[in-house]
Amino acid sequence: MEAAMDLMRRISPNHTETALSALLTLLPQHSSDLLSQVDQPLQVLCDVESGKEFILCEYNRDADSYRSPWSNKYHPPLEDGPLPSADLRKLEVEANDIFAIYRDQYYEGGISSVYMWEDGNEGFVACFLIKKDGSQTGHGRRGNLQEGAWDAIHVIEVGVEEEGMAHYCLTSTVMLSLTTSDKSSGTFNLSGSIRRQMNLDLSVADGHLCNMGRMIEEMESKLRNSLDQVYFGKTKEMVCILRPPLEVVQPRLPEC
Amino acid sequence: MSDEDDLQQPEPTPKQKKDIAKWFLANAPPGEIHYIAKDIQSILADEDTYNAAVSEAYPLYNKAHMIALELPNRTGDVLITTFGEIDETEYLDPRTCQVATVNHVKQVCTNVRPATDEELPSSYIEEFRGALDAELVKYVAETYPKGICSVYCINGKDTEGLGADFEFVVVISAARHSPQNFCNGSWRSIWNAEFKDDLQVVELRGKLQVDAHYFEEGNVQLDASHECKDSTIFQSPEECALSIINMIRHHENEYMASLEGSYSNLPDTTFKDLRRKLPVTRTLFPWHNTLQFSLTRDITKELGIEK
Repeated sequence: MEAAMDLMRRISPNHTETALSALLTLLPQHSSDLLSQVDQPLQVLCDVESGKEFILCEYNRDADSYRSPWSNKYHPPLEDGPLPSADLRKLEVEANDIFAIYRDQYYEGGISSVYMWEDGNEGFVACFLIKKDGSQTGHGRRGNLQEGAWDAIHVIEVGVEEEGMAHYCLTSTVMLSLTTSDKSSGTFNLSGSIRRQMNLDLSVADGHLCNMGRMIEEMESKLRNSLDQVYFGKTKEMVCILRPPLEVVQPRLPEC
Repeated sequence: MSDEDDLQQPEPTPKQKKDIAKWFLANAPPGEIHYIAKDIQSILADEDTYNAAVSEAYPLYNKAHMIALELPNRTGDVLITTFGEIDETEYLDPRTCQVATVNHVKQVCTNVRPATDEELPSSYIEEFRGALDAELVKYVAETYPKGICSVYCINGKDTEGLGADFEFVVVISAARHSPQNFCNGSWRSIWNAEFKDDLQVVELRGKLQVDAHYFEEGNVQLDASHECKDSTIFQSPEECALSIINMIRHHENEYMASLEGSYSNLPDTTFKDLRRKLPVTRTLFPWHNTLQFSLTRDITKELGIEK
């Protein structure tokens, strides 16, 4: 498993899916570990009832079916797929509505889904997903990108309430790929994947949704910043080490 | 959330395992094939399959990445490229007229011998090649802190004089491996120069490939490539060398500037198409007011984002 995770850290994030299926073939005995530890680009299905798209992940999957947060039904239909309790489902519905607004404000498009389920210890877990296609053909585009994808996965474990406080453990992953391409400058692709964790004890006076939302917003801003400033910056530094840029562009020497 | 279906997959054949291992090795970022190989070895837990995969994948990787290996007699470095390949383990270094024997998996030269006359170009061609190589060495020394370069004749190397076409490949390979800083990268240029006798022109075609990998608590990779063309008139060896290297310098400088341009466009335009720094409202999301969102429809209308 350790070697498999090291491979995933080295292989281009653009090859994540191929690499994961290759590892599943080589290490069938570790398939559940691999599926839970390796984040894959998010897939989407259309809810037949509401006509809205929803995001697929390990957390809304049962066998080969996925539960839609809009209709609460499995696609393709499943007889006895697990459902959240009525109370939790109410929170889930509310979270989906609010998170869709949040998503629109930051992403100007994209798809979001929120799933919740009870964990064994009277707490619950919530998974917030965002998928944004920023390519020329995608929605919410300005046309700067030939191809662009941003997938965010936020999993929050919420502990049991004690004296008005609850423990929140957030694990967030962002996977992205962006490509610009034109005749004069060729193809330029940056791809990446980072994961971070945040733990907080918060008063539940404002409600779980408010607490989880704030944590996710802070985390997304942090991840976006470190990708932009640190990670992309490091690859640029590397390019400038390989071929230091000229202080002043030299004029082309006349051909003799 | 069962994984029973995955467990029912048939055991992969040794051939499938080898192909998967080769895929991982061939897709190793610059300077990381040894790390990938170590991981693969422990995952496969099967030395025969591992050895087969490694012996097939390393030569391909070494040539694709145009790695530079030090010659054992300290006369310089030899580039591992398809252009200088005499056979699977022998590579020509045109500058020193030597042939290096290479151990691909260990990435070392084990032996070196003088090249035979058949392996070298005619003296007519060598005048052009040598002049171009001399200019290339100067350019690379002033441009790439760790650049290795070479000029190969890939067509018409036995041409004895005027009246025939020939073709060179100019190769520049610069790599930097800094695993302690979680950073690796490589710059590769391949320039084809076709000397066309009947038209009295030299046509130049370039392919540039730049890779960088940063992996401290994450995995971010740059994959950039560019192709370009130019031409000049067929002149004396020295004049051809000068104008070819001037064209290369010009195009590579321009490409470097466009890479910097792509980076400086990232924060405000390109990246913004994926996710904004701040919401369209320019203030943090009002989570504390989520109660008001129970009337979601009103808000949606207000923001003009109704679907």
